[in-house]
Amino acid sequence: MIALLILLIPLLGGIISFGAGTNKKLVSLVFTFSTALLLTLVLLALTCFKQPALSAFSAPWLQGVGSSFSLSLDPLASVLCLLTAIVYFLLALYMLEKPIERSAAFYGWLLLAQAGMMGVFLATDGLLFYFFWELALIPMYFLSSIWGGPRRIAVTFKFFIYTFLGSVLLLAGLIYLQSLTPEKSFALDALLKVKLTTAQQSWLLWLLLPAFAIKLPMFPFHTWQPDTYEEAPTPVTLVLSAVMVKMGILGILRWLLPIFPIAAYQWGDVIMGLSIAGIVYASLIAWRQDDLKRLVAYSSIAHIGLMTAAAFAANVTSLQGLCFQLFSHGINILGMWLLVDLIERNTGTRKISALGGIAQHSPVLTIFMLIIALANIALPLTNGFVGELLMFTGLLATKSNYFLVLTVAAGLGIILSAVYTLGMIRSVFFGQPNSVTAQPITLSLLEQLVLLIIVVLILFFGFFPQPLLDVTAQYTDQLFRQVDISYLFRKF
Amino acid sequence: MQDVFQLAYWIPLLPLLGAMINGLGRHHLSKTLVGWIGSGTVLGAFVLSLFIFFQVKAGNSAVVHYFDFIKVGSLTIPFSFQLDALSSLFLLIITGVGFLIHVYSTAYMHDESPDQFARYFAYLNLFVFSMLLLVLGANYVILFMGWEGVGLCSYLLIGYWFKNPAYTAAANKAFIMNRIGDLAFLVALFWIITKTGAVGFQDVFSFVQQHQFTAKFTGTDITVITLLFFIGATGKSAQLPLYTWLPDAMAGPTPVSALIHAATMVTAGIYLIARSNLLYSLAPATLHIIAWTGLLTALLAASIAIAQNDIKKVLAYSTVSQLGFMFLALGTGAYAAAVFHVMTHAFFKALLFLGSGSVIHAMGGEQDIRNMGGLSKKLRITYITFLIGCIAIAGVPPFSGFFSKDAILLSVFLHSPLQYALALLAALLTAFYMFRLLFLTFSGRFRGTQEQQHHLHESPWAMTVPLMVLAVLSIIGGWVGIPAALVPDAEALHHFLSPVIPVLSHTVSHETEYALMALSTGLVLAMIIAAWVRYRNYQPGAPANAFVNLLENKWYVDELYNKIIVRPLSALAGWLREVVEASVIDGLVNGVGRAVQYSARQLRLVQSGQVGVYVLLMVLSMAIMLVIQFFVRK
Repeated sequence: MIALLILLIPLLGGIISFGAGTNKKLVSLVFTFSTALLLTLVLLALTCFKQPALSAFSAPWLQGVGSSFSLSLDPLASVLCLLTAIVYFLLALYMLEKPIERSAAFYGWLLLAQAGMMGVFLATDGLLFYFFWELALIPMYFLSSIWGGPRRIAVTFKFFIYTFLGSVLLLAGLIYLQSLTPEKSFALDALLKVKLTTAQQSWLLWLLLPAFAIKLPMFPFHTWQPDTYEEAPTPVTLVLSAVMVKMGILGILRWLLPIFPIAAYQWGDVIMGLSIAGIVYASLIAWRQDDLKRLVAYSSIAHIGLMTAAAFAANVTSLQGLCFQLFSHGINILGMWLLVDLIERNTGTRKISALGGIAQHSPVLTIFMLIIALANIALPLTNGFVGELLMFTGLLATKSNYFLVLTVAAGLGIILSAVYTLGMIRSVFFGQPNSVTAQPITLSLLEQLVLLIIVVLILFFGFFPQPLLDVTAQYTDQLFRQVDISYLFRKF
Repeated sequence: MQDVFQLAYWIPLLPLLGAMINGLGRHHLSKTLVGWIGSGTVLGAFVLSLFIFFQVKAGNSAVVHYFDFIKVGSLTIPFSFQLDALSSLFLLIITGVGFLIHVYSTAYMHDESPDQFARYFAYLNLFVFSMLLLVLGANYVILFMGWEGVGLCSYLLIGYWFKNPAYTAAANKAFIMNRIGDLAFLVALFWIITKTGAVGFQDVFSFVQQHQFTAKFTGTDITVITLLFFIGATGKSAQLPLYTWLPDAMAGPTPVSALIHAATMVTAGIYLIARSNLLYSLAPATLHIIAWTGLLTALLAASIAIAQNDIKKVLAYSTVSQLGFMFLALGTGAYAAAVFHVMTHAFFKALLFLGSGSVIHAMGGEQDIRNMGGLSKKLRITYITFLIGCIAIAGVPPFSGFFSKDAILLSVFLHSPLQYALALLAALLTAFYMFRLLFLTFSGRFRGTQEQQHHLHESPWAMTVPLMVLAVLSIIGGWVGIPAALVPDAEALHHFLSPVIPVLSHTVSHETEYALMALSTGLVLAMIIAAWVRYRNYQPGAPANAFVNLLENKWYVDELYNKIIVRPLSALAGWLREVVEASVIDGLVNGVGRAVQYSARQLRLVQSGQVGVYVLLMVLSMAIMLVIQFFVRK
């Protein structure tokens, strides 16, 4: 029941927002209220109502093709729903005082996207999952192509075609999978029970994987991402990178690993190799970016690379690290985007070479940037460290023959992330202020509050990660109960 | 009795609170209050550390468990502190020297505006917190938290004057070179977790003792882990090949150089290896590498120090060289001697750095020793304490440096005569460059400007009192490690450390020891006299020869790194961005898109409207289907 509510609140909020028309005050109020209500609900669901009866929901839907409207707020979904709810709520607070053109449609699409993403996280039916997957994509298309930068049309078109191509393959794979079940059902439980030959698993893996790999994006399917992040308005970029990329990871964790364990094992080395090549590749390119948004975009590709590799390392340590990082990465990159947005709003530019000396007049902004950047490069006592520590430990414990090479190569990201992050801080914040940065960037109370919440989350989970790890432990327990893949992946 | 162990968490917590109060209240607190909070919290930690020390001295030790930091699967990483001989000794060094440097800073940084003054003290307190976490942690993960924390504070303090691009470049360089070492540290940590399933020192060591050289923990495992930890240590403790950040780190305020880049942080690598001495004793190959790395670093840095003219640069290279001595000691298995030298070095090198700060303060920011000279008359206290520091580091008995260096040299002598000869050479170079520095700065005639001469003054008491305390410690600090050859029942420090670091049994006669001591002392005195002859009345202007130029330019190591690593990497990144990303990958994607468009256009031509073509296509496809069916049946 709660799962259904999590879906309905943003959906209704979106519809009301569209209906509110030109009343800008009402629109922002609806957005804030809807996101706040959802966050409250998710927090309540995580702390108070833990009975499975409350967290799952199922209703008949397209029975003819063996699909049902089944949702479940399981541990993995709760981590992601919590992240989405927090990101949206903080975004609402941040945007409260900022005008935006045609705000009714803007916030309406954002809320519909939230509903779509929540559906992706909650769905336990293959067709329903696909349905929400597409539903989440469409609002993003409109948001980027209407409110985006000068190159928005071309860039958004590429984004749309690219992700749509993945989606088509995903649908084909799911339909084929359904045809193999004895009861011709899309239900996750039925799909998990299907007996597949190794060859079938491999074919299906490569049918489903592109959709997820493009969404993440995984190297070398990433070229849509920096352009899109750059052209989309920052609130949309933020939703794309903090929440939407997690759809790809969820796809791998829920619809790939448990259903095709043998193929995932066989192709694991290849996929891990690609992901880790992506870490080094994206980090090096991030180093040579002059646009703040593109820098964050490439750094995100590097982070996602490690997460993908951890997914295919598929042991308790790497998966729990990954789930923890799903949450941390969302919070940290949210902070990064907000800071980039603040700098752009106040100075009118995102060019690193044009900025400089911000620390002189804006010490508060600088402190926020330092802490969030340090979390991004996974310094201990920040949330970023916990996830990376576990993911790397898990990576080294894989069965792969190249485990040491993989770990060290992935570890190059640890060095390179410091290179480009500190390089950016030095150019943008240190040195003498210039004409662009002569004016202090003062933060409103609301902006300070939002950034403070982010910093508190960073430090809290950096020092007390266990509450979140207890939730992710339930996920790995469940996964290894569902499918005994321990004979494949060294369980550690 | 051990109640004080339960209070151990206050030791790092006090400086952390100080950092938070000073950091958050920087616009509201007066400088005096900031100074009191900053110094007072460290003093409080020092007092608590004393209690801990005496408990440990009485024979107690403990692992205090606070909570489970991470619990995943079968892996548990507790947040717990190790209170034993090694950590309690480091606690005293960090909080004791740290407190003196905080007091010194209140005067040294007095020209800063109140909020910047508070920012400085917040960073400094945060550093002390991180360093205490590093030595208190009972497992490699907590140690790593402190390890990265001190690196961060070092970065923040090197770049404290952030408006100067050269300083922030030095800060970045320090952090990034440390990160290279950190990667090695992390891989060692992951390896330990994978192999032993534990991170706690005691768990890991007992696992290794049980399973050493079996399939569960092979010789390769031991070698790889110890080697990786050592690479980590070369970053933090500025050894070859990762030492070049430390001289640049002198961009930070001088008290920072004294605390972080001489007395405490840079010894973290020695702490790590001394703490893991059980692992290292099983890895002779690694020890061999450590000994040679330390020795070569000691020689290289000492040779550079001879030709430097910046007072802080001389001391920086001296630090690199002294750290090399410590690693040499570790490499020969003399862990306790290395820790002993960490302690005496903390006293005399902090003294020398603070003394140089006093000189720079008096000279109005001047750091070039060619423009100094004759300062002994105007800066009496600074001069006398600096002289004591020089005697201590040169290794003249009965000053502290003599005993710790003697312990190292003896161990090296027993290990390899060749290494002993080279180590002795490095020790002699040390005596020479230190007294060159002393004579150039304090003797002869003043070579600065009129204005500087007029301005010359002794520093305020907040700076001179720490100098005096450190001078006393530089004299007597070595007496805890007087060798048994001189005093029966001595070597108190070695016995104190024996629960953590097993005592080495010497097989050397007292006569040999006397001979070695006499040899090194005699040669050191000769070097001092040589420096006196050459630099007592220094006159600028003598052209330098090519070899001195090479030394002055630090063997061009920075330029070499730039040429073979930084620039190629930067070019590679540029090539990836311009060519691979833009043309190859994106080009491929766009190419596929265009191909689809093209074939769509071609396909459209097929829809010509001529019924004949349609029928032809239909027949053809039916034929193909029949053929396929035929083959599939078969």
